[in-house]
Amino acid sequence: MHASQPSTGAAIEIRKASKRYGAFTALNDIDLDIRPGEFMTLLGPSGSGKTTTLNLIAGFTDITSGTLEIGGKSVTGLPSHKRNIGVVFQHYALFPHMTVGKNVAYPLALRGIKGDERAKRVRRALDMVKMADFAHRYPSELSGGQQQRVALARALVFDPPLLLMDEPLGALDKKLREWLQLEIKRIHRELGTTFVYVTHDQEEALVLSDRIAVFNGGRIEQIGTGRELYDTPATLFVGRFIGESTVLRGSAEVSGDETAMVIGGQRVFAHGRLADGARPVILLRPERVALKRVGADVVAGENRLTGTIAEAIYLGSGSKYEVRLSDGTTAVARSPLGAADFVIGDTVDVTFLRSDLILLPDDASADVTLT
Amino acid sequence: MPSFSRIVLGLFCLLVAILLLAPTLVVIPMSFNGNKSLAFPPVGFSWQWYANFFSSPDWTTSFSNSLIVALIVAVVATVIGTLAAFGVSRAAARTGGLLRALLITPMVVPGVVLAIGIYAVYLDTHLVGTVTGFVLAHTMLAIPFVLIAVQASLEVFDRRLETAASSLGAGRLTVFRTVTLPLILPGVLSGALFAFITSFDEIIVALFITSPYLKTLPVQIYSSITRDADPTVAAVGTLLFLATSLIIIAGLLLGMRRERT
Repeated sequence: MHASQPSTGAAIEIRKASKRYGAFTALNDIDLDIRPGEFMTLLGPSGSGKTTTLNLIAGFTDITSGTLEIGGKSVTGLPSHKRNIGVVFQHYALFPHMTVGKNVAYPLALRGIKGDERAKRVRRALDMVKMADFAHRYPSELSGGQQQRVALARALVFDPPLLLMDEPLGALDKKLREWLQLEIKRIHRELGTTFVYVTHDQEEALVLSDRIAVFNGGRIEQIGTGRELYDTPATLFVGRFIGESTVLRGSAEVSGDETAMVIGGQRVFAHGRLADGARPVILLRPERVALKRVGADVVAGENRLTGTIAEAIYLGSGSKYEVRLSDGTTAVARSPLGAADFVIGDTVDVTFLRSDLILLPDDASADVTLT
Repeated sequence: MPSFSRIVLGLFCLLVAILLLAPTLVVIPMSFNGNKSLAFPPVGFSWQWYANFFSSPDWTTSFSNSLIVALIVAVVATVIGTLAAFGVSRAAARTGGLLRALLITPMVVPGVVLAIGIYAVYLDTHLVGTVTGFVLAHTMLAIPFVLIAVQASLEVFDRRLETAASSLGAGRLTVFRTVTLPLILPGVLSGALFAFITSFDEIIVALFITSPYLKTLPVQIYSSITRDADPTVAAVGTLLFLATSLIIIAGLLLGMRRERT
């Protein structure tokens, strides 16, 4: 809260944490380290364990096995009201019988902060979220975006070293969501508090986060910066969940340090090889794919697959094409402004460099969880 | 111009209203009867039955007995009923349903059956004709009303607010005091009102456990009707009608003000 002297955020260390509800395993043996002051996003589809992880940190549920440390201290068995963590919920959770001012003052009153000091801090917190003019209103008189800003002020007014947010923008429309994302980013920069943010929206995760932990089926698939997750996904699930992609499957042959894959009768080469036994797939990013007219010159290290344009979408900043390959797969390509134009029905070569494709072990569950 | 069907509907509503109110309204003119007879229509006009109510110790002590018992019952039944409502709504669905059915039995079982049972036990435990006896019996009868009123409030109460309060640093008691209770207060208050009224005009059990030294108002009304049959009963009825009307109007006004803010 003190813009001049940022409070230091707390570190979080989760080791071998599991959470089971009867026979159902919500969280399976996860390890997660969050650095002081970091903006960490827990990303994944619903039921992947991200909210369970947040609830464990907040103290709303108990860990079944494993350890959880906040700021270097184990919090196992410590009830949520003694953890001194700010929490923002998707449903705002403002107290309807209190004004905005009373809502924000609530955590201060519980901490014995009275009089001028309380008024000053309430005012500063409301200023931070640009809601100072609404102190005397009731939550029912505010829009969703305004309520969520008040909830943010209430969760930060007592200077917690850690702020947890559970899909805070999930109930808001797109414009408002984008604006509030930038507000949250600004507040995070100003405060130096550790933020842990849960979302299923990968774009939101990319906009906000220092690092992202991708959850799937109660496990963490990968932890990294947005760039790392996009450029070097560790699993097929991560590759498909973050950004757009094309997945190519075919019979593979490994020779030395090179993998060849036959797709619809055409041969594609990739650098490297997977560990023995793993069935490889190729993941392509749309902007790494160039469409060329059939018969164009071959560049060194280039792969090509022939297909037919199935969909052409003009985006203003360029064009997006869907190309039906001979084996039935649809490849997505994004071409910059000024590149050759194609129309539906054109036969084209889908080309990509060996160094631009991503070779990953196949994982049938990646398809199931995404659809 | 209102359509024919609307006029018919209006007349029908009026008819229902008259049907509901007439027996109550008949009592008012009867209480001003000039003669010592409980008859309608009344003959003449006098305030003497009101005077009789306020000056006769039979009436004033039975009234204050009822008031004392009903006030204690309202407090005790509201506390127990509210706690029970919490237990029922937060227990597992099956346990909760079972508990609820059990707690509501006093409302379903015929009053006479309860009265006989209570009387038999009170004879052994010397509770007949005591305030404690009345409070215990009436509390049992009032708990279901509180339970139902509070449970209805809890049903619409958003429990996630409790989670939020806890994350802000409130222990369980503080959460209840500062968040849960203020939000379910309308239910608790209407439960308390029901509990008060349940006790205040309870007659069946009261007839069994009363004694010449401790009569409640309904018992006094009953014995007055069977013995004297003078219009004092109508005067009492009119006063009670006025008092309840005032309470209900005040409640409505409060509710309207709350809605406006």
